[in-house]
Amino acid sequence: MLKTIIKKDSYQDSVSLMLLSTKVQKLEGVTRATVMMATEANHAMFAAAGLLTDEVKAASPNDMAIVIEAESEEIFQSTLAEVEKLLAGGGKKGAASNEGFETVRSFEAAAKELAGANIAMISVPGAFAAGEARKALDAGLHVFMFSDNVSLADEVALKTLAVEKGLLMMGPDCGTAVLAGVPLGFANVLRRGKIGIVGASGTGIQEVACLIDRTGEGISHAIGTGGRDLSKEVQGRTARLAVQALIADAATEVLVVISKPPAKEVEELLLADLRQAGKPVVVMFLGSERTGTEGNITFTNSLIGAAEAAVAVARGEQIKPATFAPAPAATPTGTLVKGLFTGGTLAGEAAQILAELLPGEGGADHHEDGVFFQRDGHQIIDFGDDVYTRGRAHPMIDPRTRNEAIVNAAQDPTTGVILLDVVIGYGAHPDPATGLVETLASVGELKVPVIASVTGTEGDPQKFAAQRTILESAGIIVASSNAEAATWAAQIVVK
Amino acid sequence: MSEAIKQLLTQGPKGVNIGLKSFAETLVQNGAATIQVDWRPPAKGDAKLAAAVAKLWNVNLKGEYASIDEANKAVVQKMLDAQPTLIDVVPAGSVIPELTDKVLLHAGPPITFNEMTGPGQGACIGAVVFEGWAKDHAEAEEMLRNNEITFIPCHAVKAVGPMGGITSKSMPVLVVKNVTEGNVAYCQMNEGIGKVMRMGANGPEVLNRLAWMRDTLGPWLSKALKVTENGLNLKVIMGRAVTMGDEFHQRNIAGSAIFLREMAGYLAQVGAPADVFKFLADTDQFFLNCAMAASKATADAAATIKAGTIVTAMSRNGVNFGIKVSGCGDVWFQAPVNKPEGLYFSGYTSEDGNPDIGDSAITETIGLGGVIMAAAPGVIRFVGAGGFTDGIKITEEQQEICIATNPHLQIPTLDFSGGPIGIDVRKVVETGITPIINTGIAHKKAGVGQVGAGTVRAPYGCFEKALYALTEVYGV
Repeated sequence: MLKTIIKKDSYQDSVSLMLLSTKVQKLEGVTRATVMMATEANHAMFAAAGLLTDEVKAASPNDMAIVIEAESEEIFQSTLAEVEKLLAGGGKKGAASNEGFETVRSFEAAAKELAGANIAMISVPGAFAAGEARKALDAGLHVFMFSDNVSLADEVALKTLAVEKGLLMMGPDCGTAVLAGVPLGFANVLRRGKIGIVGASGTGIQEVACLIDRTGEGISHAIGTGGRDLSKEVQGRTARLAVQALIADAATEVLVVISKPPAKEVEELLLADLRQAGKPVVVMFLGSERTGTEGNITFTNSLIGAAEAAVAVARGEQIKPATFAPAPAATPTGTLVKGLFTGGTLAGEAAQILAELLPGEGGADHHEDGVFFQRDGHQIIDFGDDVYTRGRAHPMIDPRTRNEAIVNAAQDPTTGVILLDVVIGYGAHPDPATGLVETLASVGELKVPVIASVTGTEGDPQKFAAQRTILESAGIIVASSNAEAATWAAQIVVK
Repeated sequence: MSEAIKQLLTQGPKGVNIGLKSFAETLVQNGAATIQVDWRPPAKGDAKLAAAVAKLWNVNLKGEYASIDEANKAVVQKMLDAQPTLIDVVPAGSVIPELTDKVLLHAGPPITFNEMTGPGQGACIGAVVFEGWAKDHAEAEEMLRNNEITFIPCHAVKAVGPMGGITSKSMPVLVVKNVTEGNVAYCQMNEGIGKVMRMGANGPEVLNRLAWMRDTLGPWLSKALKVTENGLNLKVIMGRAVTMGDEFHQRNIAGSAIFLREMAGYLAQVGAPADVFKFLADTDQFFLNCAMAASKATADAAATIKAGTIVTAMSRNGVNFGIKVSGCGDVWFQAPVNKPEGLYFSGYTSEDGNPDIGDSAITETIGLGGVIMAAAPGVIRFVGAGGFTDGIKITEEQQEICIATNPHLQIPTLDFSGGPIGIDVRKVVETGITPIINTGIAHKKAGVGQVGAGTVRAPYGCFEKALYALTEVYGV
């Protein structure tokens, strides 16, 4: 049945009506339908569609014509009701941005749009990262580059350019920074304070900063450099500039420098700078034996040691070596430590501690394929290593690969203790503790002691105490630092 | 310590985030201003092309312009300085010497009758009959199939033509003079909607209307224009009409109304008959063809600068889309046209639509039409089911491939900022964003006419070819 409804003097623009017609035509039981103004020009279109009824012919140009061919009167009526609803509803609102920031397609447009921008955060594939960084530096912006797989030559060139321009080139492969209290990348919400950190590693900075935060002291800035900065090739260009920045910064009273042991000549350059700082400095070269105080510089060999030394200096107190509570009672069935980590520096620190505390020698000197420690079946693996992150997100975001390894370790009768890190804060998984608890629950009754530490603060979206409680309720032993967790793991299997 | 570092550590970060969106969210949650770059691999991930475009940034030149960027600025300045003015309406053959017997102009890059799509072929047949070169449609088609008719692209003779663009010697054309540069451009007058020759219709009503335009409308407009002191400044009309919701491709109702208002006194003064007034009053898109001629006069002036990477013509012949580029001279860079996406009149679907056709993309070339979609809320929804904000997004996106904004076209919905102008081939190739064109959709069969309207993207391939040509021109 073909029926026409004329709505007298009821104008709508043709686009609205075309959109409406398209929707109505798709309704079930509708053979043909069109809604148009009954203008003379439109008569031809009604005719072409075979819908030029007498009513349409008689209508005036200001009338809206609704012509529907439906399978039944019932369908006609329901279709007409739908048309009325659509006419009343008007257009739908466009998707307005409620994210709090605008989105554009190019760096040039962004720089123009955001007047006064002072930093570019770059996390594009490595092959393109250097190009984007160069544009940013040319435009006078500092760079925070999370991207990795950037060539050493590009890194040197970018950092040389940055130093010339007095800009901070953080990264490539820089995971974290905190500038004037604002976290960048994977970072925690930290109390503002007088301790400034320069670090070549992401989780190292996070652990030290969070441990400082937990004492009640705060962070002025934390500047990442990327893992290769203190190599012979890169010459510590960013680290040295960052050190100068914190020396000049009025808010910073104590400097902390965290890195793997630098190349020899770079270490000398850096230490020479630090001796001139005019401020107390705490240095932690992970894996270096060096400890003690020389002039304004205090050397420590663990992240907790660096944090405690910095706090002591900031408070004008005596620096004491880090001490740990005795390991809680645990009854391991196996004998081996299985350390399964998401943070590279945390894995590295645990490896150093196990290398010292476990019987035997060696096994912590190389970390190919993310294996930071391997001795007589003991093992520490960093699941954030490239080998495990190809084609998937970092385990701090997507913990599946580590979860699989946890399940395997929990079912392995040789396992004496499972050692874990839990990193929270911005960028990290919204609730890693619950993920871990569920993973362990999937194995059944927990027979293997599990020790974990949480790198994070009460200000983090996941909340430090809440994460800790979730872990403890599931029977996981929670240490107060990564170093303490590793120490406990060694003590449990050794005794 | 450098001021830049001091500023960063005292004021905190204000960041451009290129990549992971969560990093931008973190900044915003901590009260720092940020802007997200929706990053894609340059040159759509084509490493060779990306390397080629990278070489074309920062090229220094010898001669009049110190660099490609300076040449580009000069090209766009010519566009901005143009003062296109309608000075006359005359038979095409009287101003285009190439347009003799058995010669037809067509839209787009060069094409033969047998290669044309339906609307172009239908218009050719109609034009051959209209000129009396054949006694009927069958004979006309026979002549055309046997290559008895010579074809010239409109663009080659300072002209542009809508859809098929088929123009013969006795058809009246608008004569638009860019008084800044002194050059002229031509375009036929708009025939209205429905069965029209530009869409390939060629029946008696079409030919009768054309005859009326030739014998009545054209001469009366010519007479009226002669009474004006300096003709009709189209740029001034466009500046006003853009604030009334025209973008000069899909929507020209304000421009057409102002045109009639400006001309009415002169037409009355010379004694024009009622049907001239009625036609101008009824033809919503009359001003489109004025805007096309104005755009051609503007773009041709810009093309006198023989350097840089700015697009100076975009056009399509139903088969290929062609662009011309300031540094590459009179060369078409072509790629197969895309099919417009849009809304179809009742009874028609995208199956019926002809591939993209017409010289009207000359409007987008100088920053009108789809490029300033935000200016015309009335037609924004042709791009899909979106709303007003989608129109703004389109214009903002198009700004990313343009090097300047046009202060003469202030867009109310963009807080009166100027529309984008000066499409840079390098930016198109690098971002993968192609110009968006607002367009009518013709039925693919000759003679049916318009079946819808929508938008279409210029194909990326044209810009890719032009970019490689530019690397040779500049020896990089």
